[in-house]
Amino acid sequence: MKQAQAATTLIALKGIHKSYNLGLPSQTEVLHGIDLQVARGEFVALMGPSGSGKSTLLNILGLLEPMTTGSYQLQGEEMRGLDDAGLTLRRRQTLGFVFQFHHLLPAFTALENVTLPAMMINGQVSAQQLQHARDLLADVGLAGAEHKRPAELSGGMQQRVAIARAVVLNPPLVLADEPTGNLDQAASSDVFALLRRLHAERGISFLVVTHDAHLAARCDRLLELVDGKLHSDTVTVN
Amino acid sequence: MGKRLGFEWLVALRFLREGRMQTLLIIVGVAAGVAVVAYISALIGGLQASTLTKTLGAQGHITLRSPQDVVQSARLAEPGVMALTETQPRAQRLRSVVNWQLLLPVLEAMPEISDVSPMVSGSGLALRGEAQQSIALLGVELDRYDRIVGLRSKVVAGVARLAPGEGIVGRELADDLGVRVGDRFSLQTGAVTESVRVTALVDLGVRDLNRRTVIVPLRAAQNLLGLPGGVTNLDIKLHDVWTAQKLAEDLRARYPYKVESWQENNAQLVSALNAQSVSTGIIRSVVMIVVVLGIASVLVVSVVQKGREIGILRAMGTTRAQILRVFLLQGAVVGVLGSALGILIAVGLIAAFTYFVKGADGQPLFNITLPWDTGLKVALLASVCGVLAAIAPARRAAAMDPAQAIRL
Repeated sequence: MKQAQAATTLIALKGIHKSYNLGLPSQTEVLHGIDLQVARGEFVALMGPSGSGKSTLLNILGLLEPMTTGSYQLQGEEMRGLDDAGLTLRRRQTLGFVFQFHHLLPAFTALENVTLPAMMINGQVSAQQLQHARDLLADVGLAGAEHKRPAELSGGMQQRVAIARAVVLNPPLVLADEPTGNLDQAASSDVFALLRRLHAERGISFLVVTHDAHLAARCDRLLELVDGKLHSDTVTVN
Repeated sequence: MGKRLGFEWLVALRFLREGRMQTLLIIVGVAAGVAVVAYISALIGGLQASTLTKTLGAQGHITLRSPQDVVQSARLAEPGVMALTETQPRAQRLRSVVNWQLLLPVLEAMPEISDVSPMVSGSGLALRGEAQQSIALLGVELDRYDRIVGLRSKVVAGVARLAPGEGIVGRELADDLGVRVGDRFSLQTGAVTESVRVTALVDLGVRDLNRRTVIVPLRAAQNLLGLPGGVTNLDIKLHDVWTAQKLAEDLRARYPYKVESWQENNAQLVSALNAQSVSTGIIRSVVMIVVVLGIASVLVVSVVQKGREIGILRAMGTTRAQILRVFLLQGAVVGVLGSALGILIAVGLIAAFTYFVKGADGQPLFNITLPWDTGLKVALLASVCGVLAAIAPARRAAAMDPAQAIRL
C-alpha cells in the first residue's frame, strides 16, 4: 500500500520552513512548517492573500529556492542537499513553468521558444521534435503563428506559447504562477481551459497559484496558504 | 562540438542580434582598437625597416678591422705602488687586416654570413680645376661590394664599373666638382695623385655621404693609400641583421681583430629603435586593455538587461555552465568580428598613408605593409581579449539566482 502510494506521490513536503536573512536581526520566517503531498495527475490550486508565502512555496517546489529546514521529495527523491547542477537537472527533467508574464524570450519566435527546452538538452532540435512543437502550437490554437515573435502576439497568445513551452517535454509537473493574472476575463478562461485540457490529455500534474476564486473552483483540489501556513486543503466538487 | 554548443551558439547570437546597437558598439570599439594596433605595428615596423635599410645600406652588418694601436707602459707598477700615468693616445695609422686573404673564405663558410667584401678606406682630396673637395676613398671589388650595399641599385647616372683608372662618385660630390659621367678628376692622397674617370654617379641615401664618397678599384686604393696587397677592413653581410651582435662577439673571441657589429657602430640608433619598440608595445598594450574593458563593460550591462531571460533559462533547466558559455561566445563573436573589421580599417589607413604622405621626391616616405602573420596575430589577440573580457560578465550571469532574476 505504502509502495503504491509512493509510486503515485509526486511531491511530498514535510516540515518545510523558509526564513530569509538567516542569523541577521532582520531574519524573517515566511513558511512555517508546510506539510503537503501532491499525487500524480492532480490539478491543484494554491490560493492565499498577498504575502502569505505562495511565491516562496512555488519557488521551493520549483527548485528555484532552497528550503531552510524540512524535507522535499520529488518523485520519491530527496531534493534537500542537492547542489545546483543536481537541482538544474531535476528541473529540466521533471518541471515545467508558466509565469504570470509569460516570460517568453523576445528574440525567439513562438516555435523557437517552444523548442528551446529540447535545444537546451540536445544542442539541436530533431525533425521529430520540431514537428511535435508545431503540433503542440496548433493544439493550443496557434497554428500559423509559429514564426511570430512574442511582441507580435496578444497577451493570451503569448501565454499559450508559454504553456506549450512548459509541456513540450511532457514533464510530470507544471508549476504555474498566476498564469491568467495578466489577462482579461475571456482570455483567462480560455487559458485555464487549455491547462485543464492538457492535464486531461497528457496526465501532467498542475499546481496553479491564482487569486481568482472562480478559476480555483475549477481545480480538483484547493490549497489555502495564510501567513506561511497551510490553512486548508480541500477537494473541490466540480 | 557544434552540436554540443548548438544551444549556446543560438542563444548567444540571438542575444547579440537583439541588442543590435550594443553589439555594434562593441564591434566598432574592438575594430578601432585592432585598427590602431595593426596600423601602429605596420607603421613602426615600416619606419624601423626603412631606417635600418638606410643605415645598413651603406655599411656592412659587421666590420672587421685590425686592432687599434694602444700605448702600453714599458714597466708594470710594483705591487702596493699606485702609479699615476698620463699617456698620449697613439695616432692610428692605416693598417691592413693581417692574413685577410686566408680569413675571407673562412668567414664566407660561416652559415650566418651571406657575403664578405674587402675594402681599403682612407681619406684624400678630389681635385678638378679650382674645385677641391675632401673625400672618403673606398677601394673595393665591385661585385663583392655590390652584394653588401647594393651599389648598382643606387646608380643614378652611368653604369657602375671599376676597371683600372675608373671610379664611382657620389651625386653631390659630382655636382661640387662639376663632373658628369665620362669626365675625369684627380685623386690625391699624401704624395700620390691619380686620374680617375667617372663611370657612374650614385645616391647612397645620405647627402653627406654623397658629398664625400669616391669608390675606386681595390688595387687603385691600395696604391693611393700606401697599403699594397692590404685591406683596412672586411665588411660582412648577414642573412639576419639581428644576429650581428652575437656573431661579432663570437668573432672577437676567436680572432685578434677589432670586430664591430652595426649595433655597436650605431648605438644611438639602436637605443632609439628600442625605445620606439618599447613605446609602441606600451601603446598597443594600453589599447588592448581599453578594448577589453570596453567589451566587459558593455557585456556587464547586457547581463543586467538580460537578467530576466537568464532567470527563465535557468528555471527551464539551463545549467550555469551553459549560461557561462553563452556569454563567453558573445565575447568571442564580437572579438572576431571586431578584429576582421579592424584589420580592414588598418589596411585602409595604410593605403591612405602611402597615398597621401609622400617625400620631397613624390614617392612614399617609406614602405608600410601589414604582414599577414602580424595581422593574424593582432586579430587572434583581439579575439582572445574578447573572450577574456566576457569572463567577468559571464560569471555574473551564471551566478544569478533564477528566482530573483525572473522577478527583475
